[in-house]
Amino acid sequence: MAWAGKILRVDLGKGTCTSEPLNMKWARDYIGQRGLATKYFTEEVDPKVDPLSPQNKIIWATGPLTGTMASTGGRYSVITKGALTGAVACSNSGGYWGAELKMAGWDMIVFEGKSPKPVYLYIENDNAKLLDADWLWGKSVWDTEPAIKAKHQDPQIRVSCIGRAAEAGCLYAAVINDLHRAAGRSGVGTVMGSKNLKAIAVRGTKGVGNIRDPKGFMKATTEAKKVLADNAVTGQGLPKFGTQVLMNVINEIGALPTRNHRDVQFEGAKDISAEAMHQPRKTDGKPNLVTNQACFGCTIACGRISKIDETHYTVQNRPEYWGASGGLEYEAAWALGAANGVKDLEALTYANFVCNEDGFDPISFGATVGAVMELYEMGVLKKEQLGIEAPFGSAKALTYFAELTAKGEGFGKEIGLGSKRLTAKYGHPDLSMSVKGQEFPAYDSRGIQGMGLAYATSNRGACHLRGYTVASEVLGIPVKTDPLVTEGKAGLVKAFQDATAVFDSAGVCLFTSFAWTLANVQPQLATACTDEFTLEELNLIGERIWNMERDFNNRAGFSSEDDTLPKRLLTEPAKTGPAKGLTNGLDKMLPEYYQLRGWDEKGHLKPETRARLGL
Amino acid sequence: MEITLKLFATLGDYLPEELNGRVRKYNELQIEVDEASTVQAVIEQFNVPTALAHLVLVNGVFIPRHARANSRLRVGDELAVWPPIAGG
Repeated sequence: MAWAGKILRVDLGKGTCTSEPLNMKWARDYIGQRGLATKYFTEEVDPKVDPLSPQNKIIWATGPLTGTMASTGGRYSVITKGALTGAVACSNSGGYWGAELKMAGWDMIVFEGKSPKPVYLYIENDNAKLLDADWLWGKSVWDTEPAIKAKHQDPQIRVSCIGRAAEAGCLYAAVINDLHRAAGRSGVGTVMGSKNLKAIAVRGTKGVGNIRDPKGFMKATTEAKKVLADNAVTGQGLPKFGTQVLMNVINEIGALPTRNHRDVQFEGAKDISAEAMHQPRKTDGKPNLVTNQACFGCTIACGRISKIDETHYTVQNRPEYWGASGGLEYEAAWALGAANGVKDLEALTYANFVCNEDGFDPISFGATVGAVMELYEMGVLKKEQLGIEAPFGSAKALTYFAELTAKGEGFGKEIGLGSKRLTAKYGHPDLSMSVKGQEFPAYDSRGIQGMGLAYATSNRGACHLRGYTVASEVLGIPVKTDPLVTEGKAGLVKAFQDATAVFDSAGVCLFTSFAWTLANVQPQLATACTDEFTLEELNLIGERIWNMERDFNNRAGFSSEDDTLPKRLLTEPAKTGPAKGLTNGLDKMLPEYYQLRGWDEKGHLKPETRARLGL
Repeated sequence: MEITLKLFATLGDYLPEELNGRVRKYNELQIEVDEASTVQAVIEQFNVPTALAHLVLVNGVFIPRHARANSRLRVGDELAVWPPIAGG
């Protein structure tokens, strides 16, 4: 079976590292990674716990396919109670760290308590120990990783760590691995920082050898890779243009949130798009995009590697930013760009570099800056408070705020609270474009109706990675549906949410789902793990995971009242584009969704739903 | 009549840099088409492979594959075409 069969429990208060066997019943019921770690988390943690207290726990988890030859099998997730949201948090990352942990022989690491002083965890196969990190505290991600490699004299160590944003208490701080891959959302990095845990450094040389049916697995993974290669999206589109290819599409259909969702189309979209990243610059004749990059075992390779124009104001005489590094993905380009009306591609790339360098979520950061700019234009926030003029469209304000937020300095301390707390503090809570405290990603739900329901019901707050109905409503995957209607969207959202939970628990990347269905994942999981993983069983597991997360949130105090959208999206119609005149019709979708879920009118699981799902 | 043709992602290769004195800007080109032109006719005129014309929008509204041969364009329309794409 592809599970390592072993978890590492680290008591940060006592400074101990203990190996314990994986609960194999739970592994069969929840697969791994998101599902399995959330099972451990919800069994062990009081839902009412303060996310930043020692009583909160935080788990790094792989899936059974992590570290195997399955395409994209390099994923891991960080599971905790989110600092930004107070809801269950599960942030997923690629790169190479997850596979390294698995090859060291561990399925997951559970951290509990709080260390009295900064530490990092060092793992070399079976051996794990906590080491002093006083010398690392105060360092960025970009300084921490090479410093650990140098200390241990091993360049092949993989590092998952926090930067200065988490240390400074930014509530949407991320966990970063391999310098620019992020478990980005909900403030999982903030929780890591609250425990005085700076980094997890891993070296694994054992491989993943315990595949249940090796020949069957090789056949299944080979066939699945062919599906990815033959598919126009995963075989050609994503490698060449990355996720950024969406910028012009979403703008064209009138669903690109612009200037804090005041508008749904951005006149500068073409300037910050995938196509723009390919265009040679006038200054140096080189494009912003240097190359694409793949994570461990990935046969798609959608990652963007970019280089900033050395003459741009952000990096003049700053050679430390002249290297090629993680470039703009669609969500970051939107949040740093359209959400603020900024169309300077180099400035966005720089802000994105800073987010990676010091570990904070560009979506929540950019969207919070959007709220700040609106408050500035309303006269609520002044230059004297902010330290800079901050109208919509100001690239200089954006990059200035990024630098402040990275270190928790000046007004960056307040931007680090996120838009919900910031707008409430200044008397305009309606201007926070968020659900359950987490800021929206890059799709306006007036122009893509199903996403309104997906956002409102997402278990980790507003998120595109919990039920990506954009695939169907806009891109025609697996079938095209009309983005402007609410009919049929309750079932669509539920189907996407449940299937996504399986992808996120298997150890593979969600982007495979542009070509794969669960029918392509099932043979890989069955041959790797157990023939009990039938397609029917996987569908049931996905639904079980969703409801387990929901149940935790309900016990944490969330209810149907939190399954809503900001007033702006429910009452202010889109001004332009195909959705002109439309608001989001959440009230038309939510009751049907609850019914399909088997929840009562308060959004709680009915007894028969619990019984059916084994919860 | 004049319309705007937008070819994105890999289809950008099918959009000429200049046509009848009009210069391409980014992925857009103003073009002259006959009054009776359909969506499908313009796609074929620029040699865009039909199989790759996956996401076809007129003024942001999706035109299903089966309707393209009968969808007549009007002056000022914006026709945008993408191959199969995704992201997130």
